[in-house]
Amino acid sequence: MEEFILIMRHEDGKKIASPEQMQIWMKQTMDWIGGIAAQNKFSSGTGLPFEDAKVVRPNNVVTNGPFGEIKETIGGYMIVKADSVEEAVEFAKGCPVLQGEGNSVEVRKIAKSDGVH
Amino acid sequence: MAEQQLIPHLFRTEYSKLVAVLCKYFGIEHIGIAEDIASETFLSALETWTYKGIPENPVAWLYTVAKNKTKNQISRKHLFTEKIIPKIKYESSDIDRTEIDLSEKNITDSQLQMLFALCHPSISAEAQIGLSLRILCGFGIDEIANAFLSNKETINKRLFRAKETLRLNKVQIEFPSQTEINKRLETVLTTLYLLFNEGYYSESRTTILREDLCLEAMRLTYLLIDNESTNQPNVNALLALMCFHSSRFATRKNENGEIILYNDQDETLWDKELISKGIYFLKQSSQGNTISKYHLEASIAYWHTIKNDTKEKWENILQLYNHLLQIQYSPIAALNRTFAISKTYGKHEAILEAEKLQLTNNQYYFSLLGELYKDIDDKKAITNFEKAYLLAITQSEKQIIKKKIENLKN
Amino acid sequence: MKEFVLIFRTNANPGFKPSEEQIQQMMTSWMAWMAGIETKGQMANRGTRLGISNAKVVMPGNVVTNGPFTEVKEFINGFIVVKTNSIDEAVKIAKECPMVKGGGGSVEVRTAVSSEDNS
Repeated sequence: MEEFILIMRHEDGKKIASPEQMQIWMKQTMDWIGGIAAQNKFSSGTGLPFEDAKVVRPNNVVTNGPFGEIKETIGGYMIVKADSVEEAVEFAKGCPVLQGEGNSVEVRKIAKSDGVH
Repeated sequence: MAEQQLIPHLFRTEYSKLVAVLCKYFGIEHIGIAEDIASETFLSALETWTYKGIPENPVAWLYTVAKNKTKNQISRKHLFTEKIIPKIKYESSDIDRTEIDLSEKNITDSQLQMLFALCHPSISAEAQIGLSLRILCGFGIDEIANAFLSNKETINKRLFRAKETLRLNKVQIEFPSQTEINKRLETVLTTLYLLFNEGYYSESRTTILREDLCLEAMRLTYLLIDNESTNQPNVNALLALMCFHSSRFATRKNENGEIILYNDQDETLWDKELISKGIYFLKQSSQGNTISKYHLEASIAYWHTIKNDTKEKWENILQLYNHLLQIQYSPIAALNRTFAISKTYGKHEAILEAEKLQLTNNQYYFSLLGELYKDIDDKKAITNFEKAYLLAITQSEKQIIKKKIENLKN
Repeated sequence: MKEFVLIFRTNANPGFKPSEEQIQQMMTSWMAWMAGIETKGQMANRGTRLGISNAKVVMPGNVVTNGPFTEVKEFINGFIVVKTNSIDEAVKIAKECPMVKGGGGSVEVRTAVSSEDNS
């Protein structure tokens, strides 16, 4: 069993969605996570709000975050257990974030501490 | 006389050996007890051998008697400390001088202290629970084996080793420090939770319910709440959970001792006082800013005190299970969540979710699939119920499944 | 105390093969930096490096391509989670990261919200 990180990228939902839609989106996300947890494949996860973000670069240069273009902004991540990247991708397909056109979920394998990728 | 001569000879050789062994057993600070036992053993020899003659293997006889006397000493000591004195001086001469405090407060404190002493980090979590069940709750080895789905030999070995470790670490019967308490509280709560469940779902006895076990669990949990340093949110949540479950005691069994399922229970018989007590403790538990699995389970149990099938009820229950599974996965929670999905999004959605679970060794998995396929594909429903029947263990469960299959076949 | 996720990005060529000396130096500075965080009790999660093979990107309409996310010039190399009293303290930690001290990358600092947070 390997671990994969699902990185959710999306435009700041709050700027566009109404509170009603936010509520629905939250419920969908909880259902999605719950479905993965029910299969005993959930490791950990967290949302990353867009406020209070910083980017640190060489020479102590600090700017306000989040990093990158709006479309690429990371909104959160989840770590799942799966036997293959294909299985992890199947989990990712269920992510509510994908209902938005420009959004995406990046799936990366988590390197084990023995240094083997 | 031969006997008289034998014993002094024996005394000189065996006395120091016995004391060394017993000392290891009790701990070096209790050498007084070790010596007492050794002396008593020789006294017994004097009394018995003079009438019955010297046994074939005198040393073995002495060791057997010494072990028995040690066992008696231990059970006496536990009774003593549990019910009467929190701290005890083991030198026999001091026992008379010790003030024996029999106040209610002291008895309560002693029990709590015993609870913490038994849930000690030097022994495994399983051993802590087994020991508490044995010593504080009077569980037989059979019942503990049942709770752990294990066997008698394993449990005996585990308890024996645990007692050894406690002695070797010279664990005191006292309250841990404030920093220690929070760590140890987790295990204590798990023990009480297990105790309650044993009473609630009990399979190892003739009656399905053991109200006194549940009440014992609730009493001990309440002790924690009554004490300032242990009155924490998760403890209140656990007690709320226990109150909600116990409120249905009266309706879980019929006159024949068979289980009545939730949907068929007469809610007018549910204990309203226990429900409001549960709500009180649930409110208390919401102070502070952490959520434990007990909070979530208690909230789910709260929703089940409302029998009506409303959308609000099941949506809340679903979200609670979503959260609970992230904190701690369990097959039962996964199945219950799937049932909640059927109530909020319909059976088809629930069937899709259920198929992902693949809990093929679990009878409740197939029972759930059976329920979900009912009225959608009755043939599949029957197949699933039949699988559940094969996996079911108790007669009462098999009966329930059998009835469902029969109803479908008509 | 709050938790902050530090996301490491590098624009180094993924095929880049450092020499033994460089590997030693990188390891030493990383381990020293991580150890510093640990001893101050600020480490919440040692996180992980993220592998480059077996990476995918999933887009709407079940479109799946090979990853990492190629529209971003700098790609994510790993992350850790620290706990501090404020984002400024987290930024302070980030400034010492070998990724920005002498490396050519960046560290994004984001506040973490978890499902156990009831505040």
